[in-house]
Amino acid sequence: MTLRERLRQKISAAFYHHGLLCASYPVPIILFTSASILTCCYPLLRLPLPGTGPVEFTTAVRGYASPSHNPLGDPVERPDWYRGPPVAYIQQVLVKAAVSPWGSNLLPVDAFRPPLGQVFTLLEEIRNHVHSDSSGVQSLEHLCLQVTDLLPGLRRMQTVLPEHGCLLVSPGNYWQNQQELFDSDPDLLKTVQKHEPKGLHTSATLRDLLFGVPGKHTGVSHYSKKRVVTYTITIALSTYDAGFLGSLRARLKQLHPSANCSLGEEHMVHVHFKEEIGIAELIPLVTTYIILFAYIYFSTRKIDMVKSKWGLALAAVVTVLSSLLMSVGLCTLFGLTPTLNGGEIFPYLVVVIGLENVLVLTKSVVSTPVDLEVKLRIAQGLSNESWSIMKNMATELCIILIGYFTLVPAIQEFCLFAVVGLVSDFFLQMFFFTTVLSIDIRRMELADLNRRLPAEAGLPPPKPGPLRPREAPPPPRPSPHTITLQTPAFRNLRLPKRLRVVYFLARTRLAQRIIMVGTVIWIGILVYTDPAGLRTYLAAQPPHLGGMAPVFPGGDPAKALSVLPAREATPLPENQSQRHLAPGRVQEQPRGPPAATQVPWGAEDEEGWRRLSFRHWPSLFSYYNITLAKRYISILPVIPVTLHLGPQEAPETPRHPQDARLPPDPIPKFSSPDLQAADLTLYKVAALGLAAGVLLVLLLFCLYRVLCPRNYGQNGVSHGRRRRGDLPCDDYGYSPPVSEISPLLLRGHSMDIECLASDGMLLASCCLAGQIRVWDAQTGDCLTVIPNHKLRRSSSSGCWEQRGGRDPCVGGDSASEDEGGGFPFRRHAPPLRPPLFTDQPDLTPLIDTNFDSRLPPSSVHAAPPRGAAFDYGGLVERAYTEHEPPSPAAYPSPSYSSSPPTAGFANCRRSPVEAPDRGFACGPPPAAEWEGSVWAMELRGNLIAAGRSSGKLQLWDAVEGSLRCSNEEGASGITALAFLNNRIVAARLDGSLDFFTVELNKPPGLLQYRGAPGRGSMPPSPCYSSDDLISCQLTRSVLCAHQKPITVLRAAAGRVVTGSQDHTVRVYRLDDSCCLFTLQGHSGAITAIYIDETMVLASGGQDGAICLWDVLTGSRVSHVYGHRGDVTSLVCTNTCVISSGLDDLICIWDRSTGIKLYSIQQEVGCGDSLGVISDSLLVTGGQGCVSFWDLNFGDLLQTVYLGQTSDGQGVRQLLVLDNAAIVCDFGSELSLVYVPSVLEKLD
Amino acid sequence: MADSTPGGYGSEPGPRPAPGPYISAVTNRTTNLVIRGAMLFSVGVFLALVLNLLQVQRNVTLFPPDVISSIFSSAWWVPPCCGTASALIGLLYPCIDSRLGEPHRFKREWSSVMRCVAVFVGINHASAKVDFANNVQLSLTLAALSVGLWWSFDRSRSGFSLGVVIALLATLATQLLVYNGVFQYTSPDFLYIRSWLPCIFFAGVITMGNIGRQLALLTVMLIS
Repeated sequence: MTLRERLRQKISAAFYHHGLLCASYPVPIILFTSASILTCCYPLLRLPLPGTGPVEFTTAVRGYASPSHNPLGDPVERPDWYRGPPVAYIQQVLVKAAVSPWGSNLLPVDAFRPPLGQVFTLLEEIRNHVHSDSSGVQSLEHLCLQVTDLLPGLRRMQTVLPEHGCLLVSPGNYWQNQQELFDSDPDLLKTVQKHEPKGLHTSATLRDLLFGVPGKHTGVSHYSKKRVVTYTITIALSTYDAGFLGSLRARLKQLHPSANCSLGEEHMVHVHFKEEIGIAELIPLVTTYIILFAYIYFSTRKIDMVKSKWGLALAAVVTVLSSLLMSVGLCTLFGLTPTLNGGEIFPYLVVVIGLENVLVLTKSVVSTPVDLEVKLRIAQGLSNESWSIMKNMATELCIILIGYFTLVPAIQEFCLFAVVGLVSDFFLQMFFFTTVLSIDIRRMELADLNRRLPAEAGLPPPKPGPLRPREAPPPPRPSPHTITLQTPAFRNLRLPKRLRVVYFLARTRLAQRIIMVGTVIWIGILVYTDPAGLRTYLAAQPPHLGGMAPVFPGGDPAKALSVLPAREATPLPENQSQRHLAPGRVQEQPRGPPAATQVPWGAEDEEGWRRLSFRHWPSLFSYYNITLAKRYISILPVIPVTLHLGPQEAPETPRHPQDARLPPDPIPKFSSPDLQAADLTLYKVAALGLAAGVLLVLLLFCLYRVLCPRNYGQNGVSHGRRRRGDLPCDDYGYSPPVSEISPLLLRGHSMDIECLASDGMLLASCCLAGQIRVWDAQTGDCLTVIPNHKLRRSSSSGCWEQRGGRDPCVGGDSASEDEGGGFPFRRHAPPLRPPLFTDQPDLTPLIDTNFDSRLPPSSVHAAPPRGAAFDYGGLVERAYTEHEPPSPAAYPSPSYSSSPPTAGFANCRRSPVEAPDRGFACGPPPAAEWEGSVWAMELRGNLIAAGRSSGKLQLWDAVEGSLRCSNEEGASGITALAFLNNRIVAARLDGSLDFFTVELNKPPGLLQYRGAPGRGSMPPSPCYSSDDLISCQLTRSVLCAHQKPITVLRAAAGRVVTGSQDHTVRVYRLDDSCCLFTLQGHSGAITAIYIDETMVLASGGQDGAICLWDVLTGSRVSHVYGHRGDVTSLVCTNTCVISSGLDDLICIWDRSTGIKLYSIQQEVGCGDSLGVISDSLLVTGGQGCVSFWDLNFGDLLQTVYLGQTSDGQGVRQLLVLDNAAIVCDFGSELSLVYVPSVLEKLD
Repeated sequence: MADSTPGGYGSEPGPRPAPGPYISAVTNRTTNLVIRGAMLFSVGVFLALVLNLLQVQRNVTLFPPDVISSIFSSAWWVPPCCGTASALIGLLYPCIDSRLGEPHRFKREWSSVMRCVAVFVGINHASAKVDFANNVQLSLTLAALSVGLWWSFDRSRSGFSLGVVIALLATLATQLLVYNGVFQYTSPDFLYIRSWLPCIFFAGVITMGNIGRQLALLTVMLIS
């Protein structure tokens, strides 16, 4: 045994034990894993949120030194980015200038022209400031940040932004820092506005950059009430020289003292900027993410054969994501701060870690033998794949190790992350995913178990209450047929699970709420942590309260500070180091009257740059192709400068001749100063935003109305108010296709209906009394009544031939006409008959005329049918006697009172022909027992094939009600019949199977088509004519088709399928009655078989099993257990198989996979009849009602009650006709239910 | 979901319905070739644009406002050329596989193809974003990554040799173009580009071959 194999065995064993462990204790392991994930992700809390602005860090000015690149054991908590020198030190000189007192001879432009003009003096002062100390002479030229060209795209800014020199910006830049240009400028405001960008601009504008304060705070406007002009001179320094800055500050403060200024000078703020993602970077990023999602999609699509595919896919994604988070968290914990952009490398990390292991694990576990215990399955699946998993992991680690040795820092960092991620991913796979998988497999096995044991654990137990609406006594109904709709709570149970989840989400709007709450929290956090946000405000509040109570940060500084008396204007120290500045100007301040406008200084001026856009500095630097992304700048405390200009001095400053006429009439504008002062663009923006918001709301509202139903959240409220005539509409706005259903009751049988047959247009029913009635399936009119001969004889004791008489039918029919009235026979011929015998003439019109002439127009309504069994003869006789008097002349026969002889003749005329070879006796029968009751009945064309308990097969004319032929060769009772083309297959009680052929012996010269006057538009349809001689020839008899009685017989697509109590299904070819297959697979008697023209064969047995067979090969396609007890009925659609069982359960199976889609628990004893109207509409019979179900959702659409009372008999038989009507028996009545909308759809 | 994509690999054998016009068009040999070529072409053009953007980013720290135009900053014929080349390569790979009689069976599924594309983009990303000490290091790293890509997703000798040949030819062609002045590198560092180019070409060839093989496999499954 080599080392490799031993290793392999060891690994395999270890994985086996691990799998056992995971499957045994799923909950503790999942808890443990979640705890470890959370623990590892905890350090991530310290990472900044995405979307926050620049980060700040404040240090003291005193003793400041540029931070080193490698902080060694620094006890002070400092951010990670605070390393190395900043990009620049920003020194702002905040100038506040006012002309005071305001004289009446002053023009509005005087409010800002002289103060702005002072900027050139100040600039010159700053530029020429020299500080000399022991280290040498320092000037601004040495210290400032030297900039080169502007970016090529910014040519138009060349005139206003400095190039090739110090980065020093001030409002003077508008005039190239030349006093002459300023003086000759006719319109200052126009010059300022000239450079403003057109349209909306979110980032810093040039005006902001040059003035250094937000535009509305500058006071450079005709309408500024305060007449205080504020601007800054911004100097960017590359090196920090405390001495120079200190002397500059002292010098400026000395020159222009700010009396009431209490600005702090102790702190400098370092601002760190994030990387900004532009569109150019976004496109590759989005591409990688798209690829990532495609990868995840294609990977998770491979998960199969599990209970919840999506659950496992989610678990897989969670595994990978949390392993990544864990790796980042662990790296952060151990001091490895990520310098890489997380968003960029994240997709690659996912791809490197991959979902493969997860999929391999799933596949391996799923492919283990199903009959093993779950634990063992997991363990086996794990150990099977252990070697490949370990090998892959080792390979990946090796590759990453190679990557680590590229010695490129970024790649090394990526590799480090990847290694940690791989290890944590392995950990999570082993613990988290395996456990989830075991839970899933267990759930699937439970579902399997449920399927195998007939107990339906997954369904609610059959208990009364809201879940059983049909069992509960129905509410009082105004009409015999009421449409009831179940409560939504019940209907949800039937839905597939994923739909239920979707509906749940839709109903509770969970997703929207979560997103909303998340957004609110996020915004809240952002607002709180923003440098200019709530936290600073809160932190700044106490000193405000203590010191200057009325001052509010955002308040009007002029108003606030004018309250304060400017008493403490300390006398200024005389300046010593002046060179060229005229002292007169400096001394102006004391000359001004103390009551004049005091230039206000507030706390908000201390860090006035906060009021600027946070893109202010990045955009300023970006003009010179200097990026601030992931770098920081240090902002030094501002130097306050106050300029007081006397009123007599203001006109002294050279006024441009045009100044006087610029603001034509400022006075009326002062009436609404605030409005005028405000930036007009602000209003434009507001209006635009409002309009856009309204539009958005309208759009969303429309979208909502389109997408969501009207009664979205009102569960059940609308149902109570729903009036008749309102369409039933459920919570989801889904209106069922069946809109209005009213059953049509066909009455006439005296006893319960035993057999029901239809060929689409005609409907034949046979009751326990042996009476066969033929109905028009379109209108529900009774066409023919064929009474049982035995009963007939008991009343009239006539000759045998009378049993098939035509005229009793007339009597019976008229006796039963309580709804159709009139002349039912006019309508007995439907427009479309199935063209079974295309070459046959149709002679029925002749018969019709015959009948019409005989029928009395005023039919006598018979007494209601009685429940008793054998008194029908008397009833008929009474009907005859009632019938007789009005129409004696219509009947030529004198012996009509007893029985019509014509019918007898008609039958006897034929009987001599058939009697010799068919064993058909025209004479009176010797005994009654050879007739027997009808056990099976089929209807094709207008021939009714009736199989009797005596073994007799009789063919009746459905229209005339005459017996066409009879075959008595078999002795055993016919249990089932199939009538296909011209063949009849009869299954007998003894297990034998007889094949008959119906042959026509047409008398010559009777070739005629149906086409009576008035009905000429009807297409001629072939039919067995009454004049044809029909013989029923036994072609073959399979004596021992089955060992036991045949229970089911179905024929379709040229095949005859029989099911028997001997547990087998046999398939015969109809043409030559040759047995093709004997299908074995059931362990009980066959109770239901379905076959259709597409050769789908499904069989259900007493064992509750349903088998799907391939008719062509005889192989079993699938074999499922779904019912506890007999499968009573089976129907297939194109996609699914529907079965009902004795356990009152309706199961819907996927036809191709044999997986149960869902099941419907019905109430007890609701019958077993099923029918499929279209591919999505299922009909089931219930207790006195029929229910319509949506097959796609398992949703009950409607329940149609057939009678007044709900305790009626169950619907045992249900036929779906071609015209989308259904016929079901309802005790002694037949019920014809139209489904109108479906009919339209079919048309 | 799987049904919407033409013949996902999960298509079960069984009675296939009568082919509709779409299926028959896909299974038609010439049409199929054209469809595949078009798909590969579009993928190639898209990748060329995106990767070009990545490369442009490396050389300009900050973008002027007209970013979108920088997508098309290189010569207009470069993306179509890349598209054509990728279509050719993507069709050539399955063709050679069938000629050699050794169909590619290693990790033949879409998730693997997606992974391969992601790694290819990642290699480009790394070459654009990561600062290497010198060009030798860059070349070696990229070469290792490219070979790793081949080992992870291809592992066929034909794929490797074809990739190497095409990469060398493409590099040669590019150099010729540059020497003739038809084309210019945007990068100021000429050596950087030259060390970067062959490896990227190789990785691209492997990726496009992978996609082409997967598409061809789909066709085979559709036709069969």
